[in-house]
Amino acid sequence: MSNKLIDLVNITKLYDGVTVLDDLNLYIRENEFLTLLGPSGCGKTTTLRILGGFEQPEKGKVIFDGQDITQLAPNKRQLNTVFQKYALFTHMTIAENIAFGLKIKKKSNAYIQDKIKYALKLVNLEGYENRMPDSLSGGQQQRIAIARAIVNEPKVLLLDEPLGALDLKLRQDMQYELIRLKNELGITFIYVTHDQEEALTMSDTIVVMNQGYIQQIGTPEDIYNEPQNAFVADFIGDSNIIDGLMIEDKLVQILGSKFRCVDTGFGTNQPVDVVIRPEDVELVDPSLGTIQGKVTHLIFKGVHYEMEVMANGFEWLVHSTKCFPVGTDVGIQVDPFNIQIMNKPESEDEEAVILDE
Amino acid sequence: MNKKKNPLLSGPYLVWTAAFIIIPLVLIVYYGLTSSEGTFTWANIMEIATPENRKALWLALLLSLISTVLCLIMAYPLAMILSSLKFNATGLIVMIFIIPMWMNFLLRTLAWQTLLEKNGVINMMLKFLHLPALNIINTPYAIVLGMVYNFLPFMLLPIYNSLVKMDRNVINAARDLGAGEFQTFTKIILPLSLPGVISGITMVFVPSLTTFVISDLLGGSKILLIGNVIEQKFKQGSNWNVGSGLSLVLMVFILISMAIMQKYDKDGEGAAF
Repeated sequence: MSNKLIDLVNITKLYDGVTVLDDLNLYIRENEFLTLLGPSGCGKTTTLRILGGFEQPEKGKVIFDGQDITQLAPNKRQLNTVFQKYALFTHMTIAENIAFGLKIKKKSNAYIQDKIKYALKLVNLEGYENRMPDSLSGGQQQRIAIARAIVNEPKVLLLDEPLGALDLKLRQDMQYELIRLKNELGITFIYVTHDQEEALTMSDTIVVMNQGYIQQIGTPEDIYNEPQNAFVADFIGDSNIIDGLMIEDKLVQILGSKFRCVDTGFGTNQPVDVVIRPEDVELVDPSLGTIQGKVTHLIFKGVHYEMEVMANGFEWLVHSTKCFPVGTDVGIQVDPFNIQIMNKPESEDEEAVILDE
Repeated sequence: MNKKKNPLLSGPYLVWTAAFIIIPLVLIVYYGLTSSEGTFTWANIMEIATPENRKALWLALLLSLISTVLCLIMAYPLAMILSSLKFNATGLIVMIFIIPMWMNFLLRTLAWQTLLEKNGVINMMLKFLHLPALNIINTPYAIVLGMVYNFLPFMLLPIYNSLVKMDRNVINAARDLGAGEFQTFTKIILPLSLPGVISGITMVFVPSLTTFVISDLLGGSKILLIGNVIEQKFKQGSNWNVGSGLSLVLMVFILISMAIMQKYDKDGEGAAF
């Protein structure tokens, strides 16, 4: 599990003079489900294309299993890609699509037939051998694209927003399907998405990217509970990001009121970003709250109510199973463990720290 | 499938179709199958069997086939280059396709006549460079040259269209699955561009087969293609019946060639325009 399979070293990539990846370093372990997560234009797809061999970086190296494969053509690499919008060969049957890679490798006919059967069974589409891709639904085409890639027994499967074109319900089903597939195949998955929920559900490791930089690498729990900067906090889930002042260790001033927290080492009287998840904001009787406010919006979301509370000039986003009608005076309380303190980014344009592990 | 569209809106087109396509077709069939007295006969159709007419049809088929193949050989690589250009190639395509059209088709063919003449511009330049003269005017070579020159854009555009609308990731997928550049071309790019190739072939072959202007101007009056024969029947001989009969035969050949093409065009969509 801990073996480094792929190592991206100092990767820099420019498009028409614009830097898309800036000195990126990342390693990927064997048998890991790693997700590159970020908004469009963050460099996640470019990273995947460099891994697949469809782009060459201007600087840096791609090490695969100890070998430098930076300049190697895509057809010489031991990894396969599942493309956005499937990219099936529409002039071939499903069986011919799946057999494509194997025929090129000159495998025996019997072997190919076995593999087609096995792959179709794996993706739950037995009996579709002679159908044409266009006659399949989006979800089915996606499964065929996966089947076509995995029959080649790659060490790594690259997936470029494979569920992006599917509707919500199908997307959720496919997420479980992908986790099952990965466990059955026992290979490394590198997954690109802009959907944080997808990333949180499936990944062993999430790499949050923005503007060509890696913002944070961690397990889904780490990324959600301990975001390292305001960008990550904002991108993953909903959050209240408030300007704060770190008065001393374990004491932060937010909107003029002092909150106890558990963070240390930020110095004294340091401006910081404070992140509080909406579900961690507790609404109580005004006399019990650390600060007082008034409910301005109330929406029923099914599992919980979503409220906005105006308090000391900041609109707090609150998720609670208790309902407080609009206009109610409330107090706001936050458990010290649920207050996340982060350094302010040093420059606007960096958005946040550049993380070189 | 939009039921709210008023069916009357198709009226002008239907009138046009009836007046200028269907009625003339019916007339040609009528003339083709009747004698000058108006009685039914196969004789006009059988005119194709005369040695000179057979030769004209055979030559027309041969020359248009050669022209089509030459157009394909030239247009496909060009279309591939244009479609792989990173910048927006639309302007370039429009230029290649449209600019020749700014000049009249007859004028352009006449220009070739002047260029190719025994003492024409090309031969004067060749003479100046002490190279042997090029004597192809009034030969089938000149006709093929004229056909290729005039119809090349009709091959280029549909192939270019079918290539640009191909998903780059399909090509990437083939490479990803282990195919080299050559295999990717033969197994993926070529089959997927086939509808465009089919359209291009049809759009070059059919006008080449029926042309009489190109063969007239560049072939002298010595080389007769089936188009010239039909023209002569109508104009010089004023024999509409035989002219129509031969036209019907030619139509059969065109329909056969289109049917063959259609068989290869699996999607049945064609990529032209």
